[in-house]
Amino acid sequence: MLRITEKLEILADAAKYDVSCASGGGSRKNKGKGLGNSHASGICHSYTEDGRCVSLLKILLTNHCIYDCAFCVSRRSNDIQRAAFTVQEVVELTINFYRRNYIEGLFLSSGIFKDADYTMERLLRIVKRLRTEERFNGYIHLKTIPGASEELIREAGLYADRMSINLELPTEAGLKLLAPEKSHESVEKPLDYINKSIIRLQDERKHSKHVPKFVPAGQSTQLVVGATAESDKDILYTADRFYRDFGLKRVYYSGYIPISDDSRLPQLHSQPPLLRENRLYQSDWLIRFYGFEVSELLHADNPFLDVEVDPKLGWALRHPEAFPVDINTAAYRMVLRVPGIGVGSAKKIVEARKFGRLRFDQLKRIGVALNRARHFIRCADSASFSPELSSMEIRQRILATQRRFRPADQLTLF
Amino acid sequence: METYVFDGSLVGLLSAIFTRYERRAAGVGVIAQAAHQQALLGTHLSIRSDEGQATRVWRGLLDRVGADGCSRLYAACLSEDAGAYQSLFNVVHDVFDRGGEVLSDFGNTDVLAVSQWARKVHREKHRMEAFVRFQRLADGLYFSSVEPDFNVLPLIRKHFTDRYADQRWLIHDGKRRYGLYYDGVSTSEVTLGFDGHTQPGSGKSIPVELLAEDEPLYQQLWKRYFQRANIPARKNMKLHIRHIPKRYWRHLTEKW
Repeated sequence: MLRITEKLEILADAAKYDVSCASGGGSRKNKGKGLGNSHASGICHSYTEDGRCVSLLKILLTNHCIYDCAFCVSRRSNDIQRAAFTVQEVVELTINFYRRNYIEGLFLSSGIFKDADYTMERLLRIVKRLRTEERFNGYIHLKTIPGASEELIREAGLYADRMSINLELPTEAGLKLLAPEKSHESVEKPLDYINKSIIRLQDERKHSKHVPKFVPAGQSTQLVVGATAESDKDILYTADRFYRDFGLKRVYYSGYIPISDDSRLPQLHSQPPLLRENRLYQSDWLIRFYGFEVSELLHADNPFLDVEVDPKLGWALRHPEAFPVDINTAAYRMVLRVPGIGVGSAKKIVEARKFGRLRFDQLKRIGVALNRARHFIRCADSASFSPELSSMEIRQRILATQRRFRPADQLTLF
Repeated sequence: METYVFDGSLVGLLSAIFTRYERRAAGVGVIAQAAHQQALLGTHLSIRSDEGQATRVWRGLLDRVGADGCSRLYAACLSEDAGAYQSLFNVVHDVFDRGGEVLSDFGNTDVLAVSQWARKVHREKHRMEAFVRFQRLADGLYFSSVEPDFNVLPLIRKHFTDRYADQRWLIHDGKRRYGLYYDGVSTSEVTLGFDGHTQPGSGKSIPVELLAEDEPLYQQLWKRYFQRANIPARKNMKLHIRHIPKRYWRHLTEKW
């Protein structure tokens, strides 16, 4: 028998390639004297040395698996140590970590043992016990097991805050190559079922307070980047379709980390594509918060994102006709399109300009990155005549103001 | 120029504002008692914190800037920063003179400063909600010591009271020498009996015989988990340290 520490090491190690760490959007209140509540915006309790957030106890119930997906550490042909938690062990770990304020809750996934229903039923048993017997109101992110029956999925949705299924490979062809036992359809079907149930129950809640909460923090998925030969366009168009078709809250992009010497995959010890991953997240942000359409960022003639400049700057350089934007008169959505101006600064600008025309020094204090923005705006103290620079010249000037191009550092969003 | 010396609290600051109106003074500077040095030039007036005066000013502010505006002003005050106090003093004067809208005049240096201080304090509040690490003591009390950059205990009180409603807990601010204690029913501010010389240490310094029996096991499990959640191929210490600056490490179980 493995000791609990060894099990935890094995099953945390196997779960860490799932990058989702969100813990916001749950809305469970602590009524009476139970344990825990959920925080509207989520909390990152710690950060690992790779700079990723630790918000949830992210573990597999077991890393035994009947599937042999080439990109996965737990694939059945991989010669690794296997382990499985008992229900009791997962419950105790979750409760005791939570009571010490280590975590916001539990992220529970699993290898598939026996079959989908058998696995889903075990996962369900754990979350049910946490919610009912332990009166636990913390956050629970639960994997939906593709192929599990709708009854099990429906019941799990009553206890989980978020559910997710990873698409992993952005194209069907990629999936066929690396995980021939799986298909996009097997992922889309449960995503669709849960999405429709969420919509239906939200509707019913408008009429009756007694309708229970169902997956209140919505669904998410993950796409692996760089395991197969997809373009950025393939990845983002797939993400965009999933956001729209299944009402997803988040799509995560996970730069593939070589874990296998399989000839279908990038070589062991090759560097994970971190910069590319970051550019994808930036684009995802532009689509969700900045009013961009995916077709404005990528199209058939332009299937890869520029690695040298961020996608917002890239768009601005391709569209000189949209600039300069007059900070003191332009609509909010155009202010938001200026490279170097984020959502926070854009909001402050439209408030502040009611009190008087804004100058460069005020923009700088508000938080605008003028090294980028200055080429795209006019404000109260802009020179009445300024030489018009070509997109290429602007690009060169901005790159000159940025620190030397170091991929490992480029991990923040704007 | 007149300088008002107050005790550094919100009540003190509001009393100072009240005094300014009473005296119809202009161009007033404010300074907290702790930072005050006698040698400063000009006239000094010592402000007595007066709940009644403070309440009147606060009600006036609530009418003009609403609850959101007021909580921003309160947060900025908890920064305990000399510049923030002065900006707050000026902004509040402006609010009474020109109306509550001035709070969104981000082109104004003082308004922007107050908003930025409020943001910094809120970030610290959020950090404390994240970085508090409880240790279960033998008597069942969950204990945590912290040293936040700003005086954020009043802001995290509700969060922890709501969350840990079925366990007794104590969060102690070692810098400011006071704590929040929840006894299973309600939360109150407490001062502990540390003598004047010994600085309360990090949680690591608690002798093991004072800990609950299962405490070392869970600390061990948490440390192992933290190690295993890391992906070495993605190592990025710069980002790691940006997210958890080193000054917080001594109170984080996973960093001991």
